[in-house]
Amino acid sequence: MTEISPADEAVPVVLRVNGTDRRIAAEPRRTLADALREDCGLTGTHLGCEHGVCGACTVLLDGEPVRSCLLFAVQAQGAEIRTVEGLADDDGTLHPLQEAFWRHHGLQCGFCTPGFLMLSAGVLETRPDIGDEELREALSSNLCRCTGYQTIVEAVRSVRDAAGA
Amino acid sequence: MGEPDGARGRSLIGESVLRLEDRPLLVGEGRFLADISFDGEVHLRVVRSDVAHGVLRGVDLDDARAGEGVVAAWSAEEVAHVPAIEFRMTGFDELRPYCQRILASEYVRYVGDPVAVVIAEDPYLAEDAAELAFVDIEPLDAVLEASSPESVAPLTLETSYGDTDAAFEAAHRVVELHAAVGRHSGVPLETRGLLAFPRPDGVLELHGIAKVPHYNCATIAAMLDLQPGQVVGREGHVGGGFGIRGELYPEDVLVTYAALRLQRPVKWVEDRREHLVAANHSREQSYRVRAAVDERGVVQALDAEFFHDQGGYVRTHGATVPNLSVALLPGPYLIPSYRVRGNIRLTNKTPAGTYRSPGRFESTFVRERLLDRVATELDLEPVEVRRRNLIPTEAMPFDRGVSTLGTPLVYDSGDYHRLLERLVDHIGYVALRESLAQRRRQGEMVGLGIGMFVEKSGLGPFDDVRVRRLDDGGVEVVTGAASVGQGMETAIAQICADVLGVDYTDVSVRHGQTDMIGRGMGAFASRVTVMTGVAVYMAASELAATGEPAEATFNTDHMTYPYGAHAAVVRVDAGTGGVTVERFVVAYDVGRAVNPMLVEGQIIGGVAQGIGGTLLELFSYDPDGQPLATSFMDYLMPTVAEQPHVEVLLSEDAPSPLNPLGLKGAGEGGTTACGAAIASAIDDAIGRPGAVTTLPATPELVRSLLRN
Repeated sequence: MTEISPADEAVPVVLRVNGTDRRIAAEPRRTLADALREDCGLTGTHLGCEHGVCGACTVLLDGEPVRSCLLFAVQAQGAEIRTVEGLADDDGTLHPLQEAFWRHHGLQCGFCTPGFLMLSAGVLETRPDIGDEELREALSSNLCRCTGYQTIVEAVRSVRDAAGA
Repeated sequence: MGEPDGARGRSLIGESVLRLEDRPLLVGEGRFLADISFDGEVHLRVVRSDVAHGVLRGVDLDDARAGEGVVAAWSAEEVAHVPAIEFRMTGFDELRPYCQRILASEYVRYVGDPVAVVIAEDPYLAEDAAELAFVDIEPLDAVLEASSPESVAPLTLETSYGDTDAAFEAAHRVVELHAAVGRHSGVPLETRGLLAFPRPDGVLELHGIAKVPHYNCATIAAMLDLQPGQVVGREGHVGGGFGIRGELYPEDVLVTYAALRLQRPVKWVEDRREHLVAANHSREQSYRVRAAVDERGVVQALDAEFFHDQGGYVRTHGATVPNLSVALLPGPYLIPSYRVRGNIRLTNKTPAGTYRSPGRFESTFVRERLLDRVATELDLEPVEVRRRNLIPTEAMPFDRGVSTLGTPLVYDSGDYHRLLERLVDHIGYVALRESLAQRRRQGEMVGLGIGMFVEKSGLGPFDDVRVRRLDDGGVEVVTGAASVGQGMETAIAQICADVLGVDYTDVSVRHGQTDMIGRGMGAFASRVTVMTGVAVYMAASELAATGEPAEATFNTDHMTYPYGAHAAVVRVDAGTGGVTVERFVVAYDVGRAVNPMLVEGQIIGGVAQGIGGTLLELFSYDPDGQPLATSFMDYLMPTVAEQPHVEVLLSEDAPSPLNPLGLKGAGEGGTTACGAAIASAIDDAIGRPGAVTTLPATPELVRSLLRN
């Protein structure tokens, strides 16, 4: 019989984040979001509700946008995790989505921005020719309280259009 | 005063340059409160009342104290020496007995009322231990209606001008309305939080402080018997303000007290459920209004009474929201006589404060609904009724004869007719009405609504700015203002760079650091671009003239008054009662836009919040006072799916004569008339003039209107 560790006893976990293996000790109850933020020091992933609605904590797990507040760190072992810290090139060149959010004024306070960037990256990578209506539908996964979304949609569409041009 | 020229031969003021703030926020290097940590920090968790109203018999923290990793646990007696939280604005002695202490004793007055704190080595352990606290409450009946005789009635705000009674006696017709706005609030995406770090030199650094850092640090110091400079604010990134974040709350004092007592860094990060029951609510007001109208539909007098649901305590805003409702209910119209009673009532709900366009969203909804009713009863076009009542531009500056926020309400400038006609032209009013009528004949429920309003901005009384050139060729601006994510660094840098003839990217704006500048007013009431903007203009002008580092203070006793008009086209689903906003247009005059892109961003974002409060967002309670909207599954904020494309008609017809740049604030006018315009459009869509009198117009409400 497999022994099940108690939820509040730390176990060794390996997370592969932005191409680097991170060895941490995490209680089984520790969320992926907390593990990324507190144990890996990657505070770009934000927590807005901790119940899976706002999407500020969106990261890519094997290319799919997921809510890192709704996953336990132990569940993410073996997967490729990508966070906002991995979007720009190592030399600091911004990802086209980051550029577009800047140019289109797609952020104000910036708290939801990492989640929207990762959501958009996941959507455009899997569906580069996504239609306008479906794109709006996909972007309705996340909440922004500042922008009214208009400039976020414009930013993501501009990246889609530039890639398809 | 002369126009600044700028280095490029054209003014930087008015250019939609990209923001200085964005890069760290885009690459995940933001420094929001929860991103900051200190070695040895401990984590605070608040134990809250789960009863709306009751006698607090006792708080047993023995089990909590025995929890793993627990450092301390305290209830009210440990902090009995700390006074209640004072008013920051609009204080009245009658309200003082209802100020909130940092932990409740004797009574609890809303679900969420803090009764104890638990501090532990880890946030998970603090939360575990907080669940072991035993709070003994004997429940009492909860009062949930501000207009009920059981609610506590500390104060009624009354004002009047003209001879209202005579006007009603002479009236061609009296038009009446009962209308109410539901309880909702700003709900920024970053929850509140604070990290207090006791430095070895005896100074307490507060990270996570926002909006009014100087005021909060000075007030916390006074409450905890510290020297004025002993508490220092370190504003980092702030995840949205909207009026509610950055006010001084019990938790801020508790965290600081804990750091002082434990001599360790203490961190508190609110969770979302806490936020929805503990941070300021807003907006809940119900009105009875009457208009005395002549044959032409001109309102000769307005007689109003409203109830303001303040919740369980009066917080830092004092009577600010009802005070603004009282003053701005007449809005952009002449209305020669006016009488109003605003009843502030306490109930067993979360305490209320300001939220973007406080007192104006509510009063604009009511006034514009009343104007629509006048139009219906006199068989006039809604737009025509507005034309006949607007204050003419020749009457500017227009003294309303009332005061608000301690200043006389004098509209500084405006051409209200011109803005209305611009909106009417842009939407193609006549043709649009006809095309909507055509769609209705084909079975669709579609309609148009319009609302007008006056906003207020640029609240003084002062702002200080220091400007100097740095050795690297850059320019540093130091201000006591604050950033809540609105882009103030960029706007201030633009004004400074324009005067000095440098690139705005060479200007760094330091704000929210209380030990860098002696005093500061912070960021609220759409004040920063006006107050800090003019102060930086003055200081930079002096630097340009002398070559020496310069300081300047901009003082003003008067606010500036931007104004606007909203138009909404909506479609109602006859089956579900759901309302879709198909089109939304905002015409808004801000005097002069420093950065039109940022102004439009403020307006469009404001519309989203206005639509939320109009159609979706509601803090509802069960009959025992249990809050029913405690997650984002129940408290519904608009997603992109609910948000129309917003068309912005940014206007600069009426620069403010009260400052050398002509500036008025832009932060709130996207929100103000959303409720009014959308409600009117729903009426039009369902063919029932005057049907929508309460917000939010949820599917349930609209369906009930369709059934009747």
